[in-house]
Amino acid sequence: MSDIIRLTAAGLAEKLQNREISAVEATQAHLDRIHAVDSDVHAFLHVSDSALDAARRIDERRTAGEELGPLAGVPLAVKDVLVTTDMPSTSGSRILEGYMSPFDATVVKKAREAGLIPIGKTNMDEFAMGSSTEHSAYGPTRNPWDLGRIPGGSGGGSAAAVAAFEAPLALGSDTGGSIRQPAHVTGTVGVKPTYGAVSRYGAIALASSLDQVGPVTRTVLDAGLLQDVIGGHDPFDSTSLTDAWPSMAAAAREGARGDVLKGLKVGVVKELSGEGFQAGVQTRFDETVALLQKQGAEVVEVSAPHFEYAVSAYYLILPAEASSNLAKFDSVRFGMRVQPDGGGTVEQVMAATREFGFGPEVKRRIILGTYALSAGYYDAYYGSAQKVRTLIQRDFDAAFAQVDVLVSPSAPTTAFKFGEKLEDPMAMYLNDVATIPANLAGVPGISVPIGLAPEDGLPVGIQIMAPVREDARLYRVGAAIEALLEAQWGHTLISKAPALGGK
Amino acid sequence: MAKDALMDYDKALELFEPVLGFEVHVELNTKTKMFSHAPNDFGSDANTNVTPVCLGLPGALPVVNEQAVRYSISLGLALGCSIAPSSRFARKNYFYPDLAKNYQISQYDEPIAFGGSVDVELPNGRQVTVPIERAHMEEDAGKLTHVGGSTGRIQGAEYSLVDYNRAGVPLVEIVTDIIYGAESDAPELAKAYVATIRDIVVSLGISDARMERGNLRCDANISLRPRTPEGQPSAPLGTRTETKNVNSLRSVERAIRYEIQRQAAILADGGTITQETRHWHEDTGRTSAGRPKSDADDYRYFPEPDLLPVQPSAELIEELRAALPEPPAERRRRLKAEWGFTDLEFQDVVNGGLLVEITETVAAGATPAAARKWWTGEISRIANVNGVEASSLVSPENVAAVAALVEAGSLNDKLARQVLEGVIAGEGTPQEVVDARGLAVVSDDGALIAAIDEALASQPDVLAKIRDGKVQAAGAVIGAVMKAMRGQADAARVRELVLERAAG
Amino acid sequence: MSEISEEQVAHLANLARIALTPQEISSLTTELDQIVDSIAKVQQVATPDVPATSHPVPLSNVFRPDVIGETLTIEQALRNAPEHDDNRFRVSAILGEEQ
Ligand SMILES: [Mg+2]
Ligand SMILES: [Zn+2]
Repeated sequence: MSDIIRLTAAGLAEKLQNREISAVEATQAHLDRIHAVDSDVHAFLHVSDSALDAARRIDERRTAGEELGPLAGVPLAVKDVLVTTDMPSTSGSRILEGYMSPFDATVVKKAREAGLIPIGKTNMDEFAMGSSTEHSAYGPTRNPWDLGRIPGGSGGGSAAAVAAFEAPLALGSDTGGSIRQPAHVTGTVGVKPTYGAVSRYGAIALASSLDQVGPVTRTVLDAGLLQDVIGGHDPFDSTSLTDAWPSMAAAAREGARGDVLKGLKVGVVKELSGEGFQAGVQTRFDETVALLQKQGAEVVEVSAPHFEYAVSAYYLILPAEASSNLAKFDSVRFGMRVQPDGGGTVEQVMAATREFGFGPEVKRRIILGTYALSAGYYDAYYGSAQKVRTLIQRDFDAAFAQVDVLVSPSAPTTAFKFGEKLEDPMAMYLNDVATIPANLAGVPGISVPIGLAPEDGLPVGIQIMAPVREDARLYRVGAAIEALLEAQWGHTLISKAPALGGK
Repeated sequence: MAKDALMDYDKALELFEPVLGFEVHVELNTKTKMFSHAPNDFGSDANTNVTPVCLGLPGALPVVNEQAVRYSISLGLALGCSIAPSSRFARKNYFYPDLAKNYQISQYDEPIAFGGSVDVELPNGRQVTVPIERAHMEEDAGKLTHVGGSTGRIQGAEYSLVDYNRAGVPLVEIVTDIIYGAESDAPELAKAYVATIRDIVVSLGISDARMERGNLRCDANISLRPRTPEGQPSAPLGTRTETKNVNSLRSVERAIRYEIQRQAAILADGGTITQETRHWHEDTGRTSAGRPKSDADDYRYFPEPDLLPVQPSAELIEELRAALPEPPAERRRRLKAEWGFTDLEFQDVVNGGLLVEITETVAAGATPAAARKWWTGEISRIANVNGVEASSLVSPENVAAVAALVEAGSLNDKLARQVLEGVIAGEGTPQEVVDARGLAVVSDDGALIAAIDEALASQPDVLAKIRDGKVQAAGAVIGAVMKAMRGQADAARVRELVLERAAG
Repeated sequence: MSEISEEQVAHLANLARIALTPQEISSLTTELDQIVDSIAKVQQVATPDVPATSHPVPLSNVFRPDVIGETLTIEQALRNAPEHDDNRFRVSAILGEEQ
């Protein structure tokens, strides 16, 4: 049975369709795995008690001859930032402990309609603020490659869940790298789609103009299959694009067959290398670029001069929007309420609740965002940051006028140890230096594993970015790189992850 | 609450020039809310017309109601505004329990409409053009009920209850530029301005505009500046107060008058005006100090990232412009001519804010004269006694029904007043009141003749006078007959019959 | 160096309705000062000729038809409420006034 959990989502889906495996078996296998290893990994905040029922219904429908979606019966881990009707949704915060949403996030609704089985909610930095999952109010998630290290963040739970074979598929959200950076440090695949390609309805907002929901998987094809399910227009999200999207899974399959790299123009972002980038990360990245070249890709160095301002702009825009988005956590309609000593006015109750209910990073960013928006500072900070956003978009436009895709390491370092950057917010913020520009400009990005850093044996990922709406290009190129490397290695990277709990 | 010192109004006007500004909030009567598909109906049971958007639940997102945008454009055009080729929403951030997200989605630096004007006619016949700075779209807040303490006031309450049915109801906020030159007409101008806005939104059909229900709310800004001798530069503008909670036309007028008298007394006494909101108290006819402006009023506006710019096409704007009803000033001229009212009669109607009511009453079948008579007469009298708006007392249809009963001779004036009284008291339609109270005039000549003959027989001297041609003597007999009929007879018919019977 | 004072942080905390402790105010003042110093460099390139971008993928006129849809049941509306009286959410006495 344990080989069920080692299957890719595509492989499992095929066995489900052929009735070699039932949805109940698939779900039970993953629940067993969670039971066996999650006390070590702590990827999950909540495990579903209705997953087996949902699986049973899928099996019944399949037995009845009903035409089901390609992923019907495949278990899915859901980042706790996404609201669900059958499980609590806390966004990793104490202030929302036990919160039960009356509606499902659109992506969860679409996943259920496609027959996927939500099996649990995954851990995350509180309100998705962080790059290590150490800011979760419910304790950190551990990296399956080294339990003493961070799994990335904010979506460390989703990445660790798929890396630890607790789920074949997971949903994440990426505001500045929260899908791609965890993928990089856990040897998994993570995609931030084009802004607006996937609905944000039901994603507990961090920074509305940056947030994007996307797939977290072990293979590029699996990510494509999942984006095909969750993507597309949603009338409940005003920023949702109305485009008719091509199949991302088809693009991944096309890429894996080979020759898409021939003549592909690849731009290496000059500003995303060198200082701050770990040697082994750079080595694996350079090797991969060389491999692309060998396969007929035209590689050029591209300069994006304003990327150096991206982190600064991001840490103004994100806290500003977050300070407003998080104002709703006031103890009136939902969430925790803390009564100050000796009672108090509603103002005091709100302030006491927010003091107790929010962790230090959340408070830090709310205060920073309040500052950036306040009278007299708006133009200097928030206003300037929005202008930088324009300049970064122009850098992307100029680059994509020359090349088809841009590449960089997905993050500057491999997984670091717990506590290493906790006391230095700026050092923590620099983890997202490679991923932030895509969020500011709305362009899609994918992180694909490209090997282990020689110095520490920890996973490294390559980030591929494409123009807005060209998500399919990421899947084509990502799958090509994945296929080439796996052919070279003779195995998948994730298969080299250490055993957990003796399995 | 200590009583404010008030200066005599005329004296205040001698010393100071009142400078005005208004913010009027109009609730649109769309089917759904501004950003959510919840019904725009807050009269229902508390918290039943809400969606995740109205409650600001985690993960919920706003989507703009297209009809609200169209209504806002129409209103902007009717106010003579330009429609912005691109406008957008912003978040106004402040914590308050009736504000589900703790920010209000409003428009800030890019309103949908800007730079218009409204012609207003004062009771004394003066025409004033009120400059409009902007009109912008926003959402209403929920409703708080304060429990404990004194009569539902916020001060001294033990706790409060929140109903979010009203949260997210679409609003247009109309902001005037600074209004100079109102002079002693300031209170009347205030009232006439709000009445005109009400006329405009009613004629557009975009709001129920019931002030007593809060569909139309006025915040009145007023400051005084000292007069300077002729030829000298004018003094700088004074500190203004913003009076809120003014929810009837007559309150608008009274509140402005009160603030002029209050501010003048303070300034003449060497005091300074505090920049603050003031609350109007309908019962005492006074304003009281509210929250002073402070740096807590840092609303941290920024563009609403969940919503996108509104960029109406030129075609849409022209389509809506073509569909506009005639402007109020033109409409007034036309109605006056159509109704055949004298200047004085028409002024009476305008001053009473009764144009809409009379138009609707005429539309329901009454003659203009009858409609005017009932609205400016008996109904306004009852409204005044009770300190409410005439329009809130009775529907135009019912007024027309009363007029029809009079026309048909079924009621005389005295009975008609009783019928109105019954309708206002909620006893039903005019016909139901007539039936229930047995108020129809006696139209049976037989009964009248019997009463007349009896009266004539008991007053032979009167009979003799009438026969002598002294017709005015008939009054005594008519009076006696009306009394015998307990007023339920048509006096004109009684007179006819008296003369007939006396002639023998 | 930016000049963020403890008073300023206390004021921001008040605007943001967070009852920070004196220790938090003090440590946040230091951290904020450092963070703001390093992110203030956005001003170097944010010249007047550069337009601001608030949406990464430009769209406009996204509207919803004025049609009533599904609403929450009263149970759903109140389910997560810390306190309610019948149909209404209950809060402690309010100090300030309506805006
Ligand atoms: Mg106002
Ligand atoms: Zn307003």
